[in-house]
Amino acid sequence: MTLRTFSILFLCLLLAGCSSSGTWGWYVIDPTTKQGYNNIRFLLNGFGATILLSIIAAILSMCIGLIVALPGMSHNRWLRLPSRIYIEFIRAIPLLPMLFWVFYGLPVVLKSMGINANIDAFWGAIITLAISDSAFTAEIYRSGIQSINKGQTEAAKTIGLNYSQTMRYVILPQAIKRILPPLANQFIYIVKMSAFASVIGMQELTRRANELVVTEYRPLEIYTLLILEYLVLVLIISFGVRRLERKMGADESK
Amino acid sequence: MAKAIEIKRLNKWFGSYQALKDIDLNVSHGERIVICGPSGSGKSTLIRCINSLEHHDSGQITVDDIELDQNKESIAAIGAEVGMVFQQFNLFPHLSVLKNLTLGPIKVRGLSRSEAEERAMRILERVQIPEQAHKQPSELSGGQQQRVAIARSLCMEPKIMLFDEPTSALDPEMIAEVLDVIVDLAEDGMTMIVVTHEMGFARRAADRMVFMDKGEIIEMGAPKDFFEAPKTKRCKTFLNQILQH
Repeated sequence: MTLRTFSILFLCLLLAGCSSSGTWGWYVIDPTTKQGYNNIRFLLNGFGATILLSIIAAILSMCIGLIVALPGMSHNRWLRLPSRIYIEFIRAIPLLPMLFWVFYGLPVVLKSMGINANIDAFWGAIITLAISDSAFTAEIYRSGIQSINKGQTEAAKTIGLNYSQTMRYVILPQAIKRILPPLANQFIYIVKMSAFASVIGMQELTRRANELVVTEYRPLEIYTLLILEYLVLVLIISFGVRRLERKMGADESK
Repeated sequence: MAKAIEIKRLNKWFGSYQALKDIDLNVSHGERIVICGPSGSGKSTLIRCINSLEHHDSGQITVDDIELDQNKESIAAIGAEVGMVFQQFNLFPHLSVLKNLTLGPIKVRGLSRSEAEERAMRILERVQIPEQAHKQPSELSGGQQQRVAIARSLCMEPKIMLFDEPTSALDPEMIAEVLDVIVDLAEDGMTMIVVTHEMGFARRAADRMVFMDKGEIIEMGAPKDFFEAPKTKRCKTFLNQILQH
């Protein structure tokens, strides 16, 4: 459905570009010419960085999210408080300022603490994406875990399991079915937000498009292709998410 | 000889609502107690305090000479002696029947897988469903699920069993099979406290009846006296209501 709508839209754009008015110049990314072929290769080479960046950031975000979410569900308010503060605080910071802070500010902070760390664009982007996203993954974990009936925890307690055993053997295996689909959705968000890494010089899809625009002066065509690149990536992921949801749903009804 | 359970002046509040008022109750080893009373009378809360699923606000609970306070050691020590069966079974739905039974013995008691499975099968024989060992809980009937839940508790070899309305969530035709298992345990000398409305079962298995209302123990006595000559009006009214049906 969505795919068809988009293909029609794209076809219209293409046709518009082929008219004689000359407002479109598809030649910049025409693979039949040498220049166009090189340009396309240059742009598509950004996929690797975008995907790698997103995957590492997503994995880190899942880990941080769990570490933040677990104390957030404690009965002890002093354990709950830091988790709550972290989530509210991180959620309130827009991604771009946080990216600048991590990339330009964090090395200075670390240096003043005696740690000489050089944060490059790749890790700067990963840290920022992971932290910014972890507030959302933490909330996903929380709602997933809290959706499991309280009786499960009680039963685990009466057979003597301690907190971490209860989580590991009883609660998380059940909660994972409700957590995975929204987590996978969150991955789409990370992929899109990874475009911000371009502003600190990370050579991913958006950065490459920007650089090519500067040399070719063809923003319309190049950015159109850029959008399509993200579209393809996200559609592939959401296809995977859909399948995952169906599989989880089938398990649930069993 | 020390009592299995000693409860002294136990009080429990939920916010401003007092769920338990000055409860005193002693249970001897091997004694079978049935607690009955209208809903909201604090029966479940009382037994949930014994295995610290609820924390009491004042008073004293001693199980086998271990006093229950809020520190982890006493909770764990008492938890190791007390098994519990819930109204809603609370089986682990993602694990097979056998795995439900072996989880505690393996992870808590440190048994090997084969030892734990051997014990689990022996107990499944006892509750008469060894053939269900490899099924998922959702494939079983309610009565079978509750028998698995009882078996899961027994696998931890508790000295005391608590039953919180074990048949209230069951279809009528399945109540007997669960009660039979509990009676079998009772005849074997297990110390138990059963919260239930099944008065036939109470007559058959109880050494002592406890009637609770509004957070207090109103009446206590041998089943014969309790059913034939209740002393208080509240207890009479209650018995009339449930025995009519």
